[in-house]
Amino acid sequence: MVADGRPRPGDPLDPDAAISVRGLVKRYGDRTAVDGLDLDIRRGEIFALLGPNGAGKTTTVEVLEGYRRRDGGEVRVLGVDPARGGRRWKAELGIVLQSGAGDSQLSVRELLEARASYYADPRDPGEVLELVGLTERAGARGRTLSGGQRRRLDVALGIVGRPRLLFLDEPTTGFDPEARRQFWALIRSLRDLGTTMLLTTHYLDEAEALADRVGVLARGQLAEVAVPTALGGRGSAPAVVSWTEDGARRTAETATPTAFVRDLAARFPGEVPDLAVSRPTLEDVYLKMIGGPDE
Amino acid sequence: MSAPALPSLTRVYGTRARVELREFFRQRESVVFTLAFPVLLLLALGAVLDYDLGAGVGFPQYFMAGVITAGIVGASLQNMAIHIAGERSDGTLKSLAGTPMPASAYFAGKVVQVLAVAVATIVLLLGVGVLVYGIDLPSGGDWLTFAWVSVLGAAACTLLGIAVSTLCRTGRSASATVTPIALVLEFVSGVFLPFDQVPGWLQDVAAVFPVKWLAQGLRSVFLPDALAAQEPAGSWELGRVALVLGAWCVLGLVLCVLTFRWQDRDTR
Repeated sequence: MVADGRPRPGDPLDPDAAISVRGLVKRYGDRTAVDGLDLDIRRGEIFALLGPNGAGKTTTVEVLEGYRRRDGGEVRVLGVDPARGGRRWKAELGIVLQSGAGDSQLSVRELLEARASYYADPRDPGEVLELVGLTERAGARGRTLSGGQRRRLDVALGIVGRPRLLFLDEPTTGFDPEARRQFWALIRSLRDLGTTMLLTTHYLDEAEALADRVGVLARGQLAEVAVPTALGGRGSAPAVVSWTEDGARRTAETATPTAFVRDLAARFPGEVPDLAVSRPTLEDVYLKMIGGPDE
Repeated sequence: MSAPALPSLTRVYGTRARVELREFFRQRESVVFTLAFPVLLLLALGAVLDYDLGAGVGFPQYFMAGVITAGIVGASLQNMAIHIAGERSDGTLKSLAGTPMPASAYFAGKVVQVLAVAVATIVLLLGVGVLVYGIDLPSGGDWLTFAWVSVLGAAACTLLGIAVSTLCRTGRSASATVTPIALVLEFVSGVFLPFDQVPGWLQDVAAVFPVKWLAQGLRSVFLPDALAAQEPAGSWELGRVALVLGAWCVLGLVLCVLTFRWQDRDTR
C-alpha cells in the first residue's frame, strides 16, 4: 500500500503533509476509540474517512481539530500540534462540526459577517452565500432555515475564513439528493481553489464522487487507504459473469471477463441470454472490510 | 510566507458586543423575562402592598432597591447561567472555539450584554417608579454609591452565572435550577419585604450570599439614613458591602477559570 501514500507505523511525521498522524491513540475510560492510527493527507487533497458509527471517525477528526486531547501518538495539522494550536493556526482551518454551529437570533448574513470578522483574510460573505446557494435566505434568521439550508449555513461558516484546510464531519446528513449534488459541486469548486479537505461520511457514493483517496476506519484502526476505485482490491477483483443457459442461471468468477465473454458469445448463436458482468461495488468491499454491521 | 495579520482585539470585541446585544434583544422570551418581569413586579407589589416603614417612607420607595436588585440579578446571574448553558448544549460555543476568535472576546461580549440589559432595566424601573409612585430619586453622592454597588453586584453575579452555567446540561435545566435559587435568595435578602421581617437565622444565611449585600447597598441609595437603624447592623455597612461583593467576584472568577468548558462534558 506504499503506492497509496500510507505511512507505516514508526515512519517520521511528514512535514509537507497537510495532516500527518503517527500512532494516534484515544481512550474513553477503558474503551479505546482510536488505536494506533497512521495517516498522511497531502496538501490539496480531498480525503474521505469512512467507517461505521463508533469506529472512531469523529474522535479522530476532533483530535485533529484541537477539540480533544489524544492519549498517545504524534499529530501535525498544517505543521502544528493541534493540542498547542493558537489563533493563527485556527485561522487556517475551517471546521464544519457534525453538531452544527448552534442556534441564533442573527440572520444568515449577520452570522457570516460576524464570523468573517474573526479572520485575517476572509471571503466576502456575499460571495460565500452565493457559493452555498443561500443568497435568497440572507435575511432569514438561522432558526427558520430548513435542515438542508442549515447545513449549508454550517458549511458557509466553515469556509468564510478562507481556510487552507477544511474539516467536514458528515456534511450532507439530511440532504435530499439534489441538495447533495449541489453540495458536491461546491466541494469540487473549493478543491479547484486549492483547499485541502478531510471529509467523514456515511455515504459511499459521496466518498467515491469526491475523494481522491478514502480511508476505512474499523474498530479504531485504518483498515485500508486507497483511491476509491481500488479500495479492497476492487480494481483487480474477479468479475462475476452471469447468464442463462439451458433454462438455469449460471455464474462464473473470472479475472479476465473480456475473454470469458468472448468465449461465451461463441457458444451462442445470437445474444447471450441475460448476460451481466459486475465488479464488487464500493459498498460490497466496504461492508466486507468493516466486518458486517456495527459491533 | 507572511500571513495577513489577524484582526485587532478591539475589532473582534466590537463584533462580539454587537452579536450579544442582537442575540438578547431579539429574543422575545429573554426580553420579557429579564426586562419586563421586574417592572411587572414593581407595578403588582406596589399596588398591593402599602406599608409605612417610618420616616415617611412607603413601600414603593423601599421596594425600588429590591426590585432593582432583582433586575440586576436577572440581567447577570440568571441571564448568564441560562444562555451560556444553552449555547453550550446547542454547539454554539464549540463552533466558536474552532475559530480564531479569542476567548476573551466572548466574555467581553457577555459583559457588554449584561451592562446594557442591567442599565435598561434600571432606567425602566426608575421611570416607572417616578411616574407611577412618585418615588424620590437618589441625590448627590448617592448616585456614585448606586453606580459602584450595581457594577460590583452585577460583576459578582455575572461570574457566578457563568460558573453555574457549567453545572447545567441545557438552557432549560439551567432556567429550572437558577430561577428558584435566585427567587429564594432574593426573598431572604429583603428584596420583596423589609429585611427586618426576615427571621434572624435566615438573615444569617442570606448574609453569606451576594444578593443580600447588593440589596443592602441599594437600600442605602434609596432610603433616608434614618432607616439605617432598621438594618441588622444598625447601619448601611457600605464597607462590608464592597468587601463581600468583591470577595464573591474573586470566588466567581476562580470558579469560572476552573470549570468553564466550550463543549458538553461527555465529549472530552
